[in-house]
Amino acid sequence: MSELRMERLDDFRWQIPRQGNMRVPGIIYASERLMRSMGKDESPKQVANVAHLPGIVQYSLAMPDMHWGYGFPIGGVAAFDMQEGIISPGGVGYDINCGCRLMTTRLTLQEIRPRLKDLVTALFQNVPSGVGSTGPIKLKGKEEKKVLTDGARWAVENGYGTTEDLDHTEEGGTLDGADPDMVSTRAMERGREQLGTLGSGNHFLEIEVVEEIFDPAAAAGFGLEKGQIAVMLHSGSRGLGHQVCDDYLARMVKHIGDLGVELPDRQLACAYLNSSRGKEYLAAMACAANYAWANRQMLMHWTRETFEKTLGMGSNAVGMRLLYDICHNIAKIETLPVDGKDQTLCVHRKGATRALPAGHPLVPLAYRHVGQPVLIPGDMGSGSYVLAGTDKALEETFGSSCHGAGRVMSRSQATKSSRGRSITRDMADRGVIVMASGRGTLQEEIPEAYKNLDWVVDVVHRAGIAKKVARLRALGCIKG
Amino acid sequence: MKEKTFRLFDHTADLGVEIFGGSREELFVHAALAVVELTTDPERIDPVLERRFSVEGLDLNDLFVNYLREVLYLVNGDGFLIREVTVEMEDSCRLRAKLRGEPFTPGKHRINKEIKAVTYHQVSVEKTAKGWKGRVIFDV
Repeated sequence: MSELRMERLDDFRWQIPRQGNMRVPGIIYASERLMRSMGKDESPKQVANVAHLPGIVQYSLAMPDMHWGYGFPIGGVAAFDMQEGIISPGGVGYDINCGCRLMTTRLTLQEIRPRLKDLVTALFQNVPSGVGSTGPIKLKGKEEKKVLTDGARWAVENGYGTTEDLDHTEEGGTLDGADPDMVSTRAMERGREQLGTLGSGNHFLEIEVVEEIFDPAAAAGFGLEKGQIAVMLHSGSRGLGHQVCDDYLARMVKHIGDLGVELPDRQLACAYLNSSRGKEYLAAMACAANYAWANRQMLMHWTRETFEKTLGMGSNAVGMRLLYDICHNIAKIETLPVDGKDQTLCVHRKGATRALPAGHPLVPLAYRHVGQPVLIPGDMGSGSYVLAGTDKALEETFGSSCHGAGRVMSRSQATKSSRGRSITRDMADRGVIVMASGRGTLQEEIPEAYKNLDWVVDVVHRAGIAKKVARLRALGCIKG
Repeated sequence: MKEKTFRLFDHTADLGVEIFGGSREELFVHAALAVVELTTDPERIDPVLERRFSVEGLDLNDLFVNYLREVLYLVNGDGFLIREVTVEMEDSCRLRAKLRGEPFTPGKHRINKEIKAVTYHQVSVEKTAKGWKGRVIFDV
């Protein structure tokens, strides 16, 4: 394909009309100011590449946090027909079920301000983080398989949290269809010692305060109020998820000829959903997704413990409650409306979240009158947004929304531009205490490396594919 | 001054690396050593143990990815840090590698960056006027 043609549909949508071998058009959600930086990298082309895949339904979508990935763009959403469509490990991503969870507390900023440094230090000590970090648990073979089939439920049954946490986790923290026999020995080995670890790169644990409420009724429904302390956590399936993705990607590339179609990028290698390879990947992917949910459940448990111990307060007084846990690297079999008729589809969300409206049966009972909470973390130190899913998301984006700010600067550019600066001091000047395990992580993760979170969320809100509920400001942050 | 065997190029989310070698074999050797150099200080790795593997691919590009995949598994999955590599290529689709190094030892080695996976996106291995050049994007 030569120069990519793109046309503006309305204030917040840009269309890549069908061209070359594209099966459907591409649609990018963006404002003009976001589009200026997006157009520069290869991500629009990646949106078009995804549109080449067999069985794709309606359009290849990208959210306003879109940036250049490999295969799929980050921020990409694509749904596939169960009979003619495919599943693509690259379309899920290496960090299967990378996601966020937001916990609220009964604490106020005033109460914890004098103890903030102690809290951040204690979290840094108690929550394993950083490159190659291992957790306090070494899983035996049988136990690891239980983690893979049961997910967050395994964690709760083993004393990490409560069943109420599961009610507020996407899919209840357990994806059906997980079969540990589909997970390689290598992946099992990598998973054995990493359960209950934050990881490195852009993964973090952040103490935040609710700064602004946009929708008082929805905020009340989510249990959010101004001045309240909350904790946002971002982590995934660690080495196990990476290995599952890599194993199946290798297998699918090896048999790429069986597809009967030419792919514009080998990273898009895939298998038909109704083929044995496709089914095997789905069963292995579910295992990795469950591992990630168990992981985040454990990380949350230690966060709870650390708060109670450091502040010398009981669990009731701290009142750390899981608002919601959402995944943003996943493929799901979901029944969604297509041209007004329900259809079962395999929805890939790569750096994108689910955003279901009020009344939808998959929204936790407690929030069904509001809509599903959508958690959008920003760059280091800028805080996060909580949004709620909408009917329009169901109509336009397969019930999906964005997942974060989205990078705009490469890691090496970020490192270069931050040379000679103390990022810890810069962050402290902005009122955020930061602690990091990895050398260089802070440099790579400087705020300027990301798009403006407000701009990204503004597009989602004004395009109507999720509505703003609250904004949280960062106070203290642990980076891997 | 020693000629640079690799250089980084910009990719928004991840890590792009361009690797150079006088021959195909040397390019593959330099690629493995680049992975190690990006991960830790190679000077602190003693080549006391040996590992071997064979790998296949659909073509030279696929072979390059599968080879780096094995190297990454040794480093990340097995915690085996590599100091020396020899590569014997049978053809564009098959090679044997011999790697010397030692297990990761906390206190002795420090991991600076974790290269999590090798991707197929825009991967290439090609002959240039000066020798061979490889291009790959890693997930970090």
